Amino acid sequence: MLSMLMRRSALGLITVWLVSIIIFIGVEILPGDACTAFLEREAQGLLLENCRRDLGLDRPAWMRYGEWAANALSGNLGVSPDGQRQISELVGYRLRNTLLLASGAILCGIPLALFLGIVAALWRDRPFDIIVSTTAIAAMTIPEFVSATLLILIFSVWLGWVPGIVLTSSNAPLAEFFPEVLLPIAVLTLVMTAHILRTVRSSVIETLASDYAQMALLKGVPYWQMVFRHVLPNALLPTINVVALTIAWLLGGVVVIETVFNYPGLGRMMIDSISDRDLPVTQAIALIIASVYVGVNLLADLLTMVANPRLRTAHLRGK
Amino acid sequence: MTTPPKSNGPIIAVDGLSVGFRSRAGAWLPVLRDITLSVGAGESIGLVGESGSGKSTLALAMMGYLKTGLHVLGGRVDFSGIDMFAQDRQSLEKVRGGRLALIPQNSGQSLAPNLRVGAQIGEALRLHSALPEARHAARVLDLLTQVRLPDPASIARRYPHELSGGQQQRVAIAMALAGEPEALLLDEPTTGLDVTTQAHILELLRDLARETGMAMVYVSHDLGAIARVCDRVAVMYAGEVVLEGTAAQILRDPSHPYARGLLASIPKLSDVCLPRALDGRPPPPGGAGDGCAFVARCAIATERCMVERPDLSRIADGAKTRCHLPQQVRSIPLSGERNAQQRQLPAELSLSLGDLAISYARAGLFERLTGRDTAKVATVDGIDIELRQGETLGLVGESGSGKSTILKSIAGLLPPLHGQIALRGQDDLPPRVEDRSAKHLRDVQLIFQNPDESLNPRQTIAQILAQPLKLYFGLSGQALIARTTALLAQVRLGAHYLERLPSQLSGGEKQRVAVARAFAAQPELVLCDEITSALDVSVQAAVLELLDDLRRDNGTSYIFVSHDLAVVKALSDRVAVLYQGRLCEIGPTVDVYGPTAHPYTEVLLGAVLEPDPDFVPSLSASDVVEQSPPARGCPFQRRCPKRLGAICDQTAPPPKTFAAGHTIWCHRDDLAAPQLS
Ligand SMILES: Nc1ncnc2c1ncn2[C@@H]1O[C@H](COP(=O)(O)OP(=O)(O)OP(=O)(O)O)[C@@H](O)[C@H]1O
Ligand code: SF4
Ligand code: SF4
Ligand SMILES: [Mg+2]
Repeated sequence: MLSMLMRRSALGLITVWLVSIIIFIGVEILPGDACTAFLEREAQGLLLENCRRDLGLDRPAWMRYGEWAANALSGNLGVSPDGQRQISELVGYRLRNTLLLASGAILCGIPLALFLGIVAALWRDRPFDIIVSTTAIAAMTIPEFVSATLLILIFSVWLGWVPGIVLTSSNAPLAEFFPEVLLPIAVLTLVMTAHILRTVRSSVIETLASDYAQMALLKGVPYWQMVFRHVLPNALLPTINVVALTIAWLLGGVVVIETVFNYPGLGRMMIDSISDRDLPVTQAIALIIASVYVGVNLLADLLTMVANPRLRTAHLRGK
Repeated sequence: MTTPPKSNGPIIAVDGLSVGFRSRAGAWLPVLRDITLSVGAGESIGLVGESGSGKSTLALAMMGYLKTGLHVLGGRVDFSGIDMFAQDRQSLEKVRGGRLALIPQNSGQSLAPNLRVGAQIGEALRLHSALPEARHAARVLDLLTQVRLPDPASIARRYPHELSGGQQQRVAIAMALAGEPEALLLDEPTTGLDVTTQAHILELLRDLARETGMAMVYVSHDLGAIARVCDRVAVMYAGEVVLEGTAAQILRDPSHPYARGLLASIPKLSDVCLPRALDGRPPPPGGAGDGCAFVARCAIATERCMVERPDLSRIADGAKTRCHLPQQVRSIPLSGERNAQQRQLPAELSLSLGDLAISYARAGLFERLTGRDTAKVATVDGIDIELRQGETLGLVGESGSGKSTILKSIAGLLPPLHGQIALRGQDDLPPRVEDRSAKHLRDVQLIFQNPDESLNPRQTIAQILAQPLKLYFGLSGQALIARTTALLAQVRLGAHYLERLPSQLSGGEKQRVAVARAFAAQPELVLCDEITSALDVSVQAAVLELLDDLRRDNGTSYIFVSHDLAVVKALSDRVAVLYQGRLCEIGPTVDVYGPTAHPYTEVLLGAVLEPDPDFVPSLSASDVVEQSPPARGCPFQRRCPKRLGAICDQTAPPPKTFAAGHTIWCHRDDLAAPQLS
């Protein structure tokens, strides 16, 4: 188990490193660079050359990547193009905001999804299940910006309960994000609940139909005891990975939602930095997203392994 | 163990029970029709029939349980006076698993994977036993001992997946015994187990029934198993009981055409002929019409059978049969007549395997970099076999004996550690399938056990068959259609099957398509991996006949792998017996199944069951499952009932030749009858 943990962590580090190279190459391939983006129309002649020399853009690509990587390894992600602020500080605020949004959605969404999914499965094809399942499909198929706009229309325009747009600046104290952050959290909760719920539901239905669930009933095990002891522990195993993917998706920044609500999170910052050809910021965010994906998935696999006797004993006894 | 009070009335009484489901069109389609059957206290009754005949549904209905979608359409089931379909959930919970317990078909899947087996038996005790909680742990160990599991304390701590199939089945039996049941329902409890394991479990069940005096309802398609444990037998067909009587009445000389056909389609060790196929298939639920449900397949059917449904009525010998013509049924033979052996074979070689060794343990990157060799014992070793053109070699052995591994290597799916695989004596086959030429690929065809997994569910039969024809022969257009139709005709399927999808075919038909696809390549050698194991016996007989026809017409050689010794005997010219990937014995079929045998062959043959109530298997070795072969000496040393001593553990036994081409690897000198050289 320990060796697998180390192998997976090593693989994870390699993944993160590869991502940084790919992002670097990707930004290189895009037409223009930080100076053309910054100078816009005036990007020509001496002005452009000077700007490039100032930013070190005239050096070969591998050298710039090497320098960035060396700095990043020592914890220095560089400074913003205007040279005023540390990128780690800029990105840090955005990361905090994204965490706020994500943890809100996770805290509401996961319990809700588990509850609704399990109940829908136990009451399969009854009105409750039909309503829940249809809503879930709707929530998954309607584009996020549509459902976001709908919620804004209802809760902020008609009812006037919460502001529809976040006007708080990115580095304001967390408390100032309330209550504006509630609507984006609601939209995210809706979407992620729908995804997780459907996995939970189908997994519970499948397990209820399994030979061992049927056997438990025929052995005289009371229905609820069968559900909690024989069905749920096995049915929820496959949902761990879906939950992990959803969490990774949330933490990676949700561009559409952030844009609709004007929310200062990581996703929007990533888009902005790409259009500004602001390589250091792009790289920093890419690093965060890649590490989150790797970390959350590793955690999910570990959890699955601990919770599944089949995998657990295979690793203890097999190796 | 307390014996339940014996009453005079039956313990389970099924009265006029009909069960069905609602079709899309809204009609009720019956799965069980008007079943009346009773089980006396302490009696054991067998339910037999083809897949889909409703035997499992009937057994589960006796517990007051129906799978989702099924409903009672009429009639009732009483368990010791309790109407099982009129009970609320709580009173059912008290009876189920307590006074009336089920042993399911696939215990591996019926034990919850997240709970230790000790805990699962403990759960049954908590629900159904009067014992104080403190004594439960000790009782679990008692129960595990009662089902003859060695080291019960360690077994109780394991998870289901850490047990072998036979051990899982024993745990399921222990769990059923926890509530000290008055009746036990068993749904194919030994299907899928090795012959030796199956025989051991059946003996255990017989003993338990005697010790505890419980009644048993034993569901199986295996008449050999039924013969061993049941006093009475009910034969089911298309949701009806068509014949009911004592085991001897039903298994010796049954008075219903279907039961006779079923009996004739079973390969038996005592037979020299191929089993007789029972053509056609049963009507689907609701498709039986007004007459006898069996009319379409019955050899002696008359006009009356088409229009009038026969009743289940008692006949002269005391059995009850559902047939208008019980006097005429004796004209239906009980065995096949086609002798598959004694064919003239040419002397040319088809396949030769030279000192083949195969291992699944691949040296990982780490081992290769550090040069550390995985010094594991090879899974399969020392296989020297020559196969002549048109010859059929049977490969037998328990699960894990390496049968499929050898086939995979010949097919190029698993490169051997060392050794040669040559076609026609000189044409060496490259070890990897990627390196083989189109001609090589054409020459060796593999057919799998489960046609559902080997046929692409999205392709029509025509597309499936066209693939090899296009690939190997470049056929197209009219020629392609003509050839696919001809292939289907060869496996006795009409051209109207061409546009169907595999899901629209029955199991036997799918397997025929798989056979047709293999023959599309006009192969030199066909490798058959348990290709009849998933099929009903009547369908299996048809596939065996088909294989026999095809080898006669095309001169194809087969390697026929099966765990069923009777099936192998019916089809093979020669047989090789494998244990832990090593050859124990090889020779002409008559010799291998004859009196001079390797101790392992003897163990295997002793465990085979015949559909005869007086037949007693001889169990000379344990059914322990070995995980890997011993590092040296005889592969069978740990289980051999005739082990000599240190020599068997230390030295690999030398081959000894008895009759022409009959070789046995064993140290013992007293295997041969004295008149042989
Ligand atoms: N839940 C269900 N809904 C509708 N039809 C069903 C259902 N379960 C079984 N059937 C049908 O009922 C018939 C009898 O099924 P059953 O499982 O009792 O057969 P069986 O004799 O036990 O077969 P096998 O040997 O394959 O186990 C079959 O035609 C099957 O297709
Ligand atoms: S009733 Fe007629 S069709 Fe049915 S089994 Fe008897 S003879 Fe055959
Ligand atoms: S060599 Fe020894 S252990 Fe092996 S089969 Fe013969 S007697 Fe048994
Ligand atoms: Mg069944």
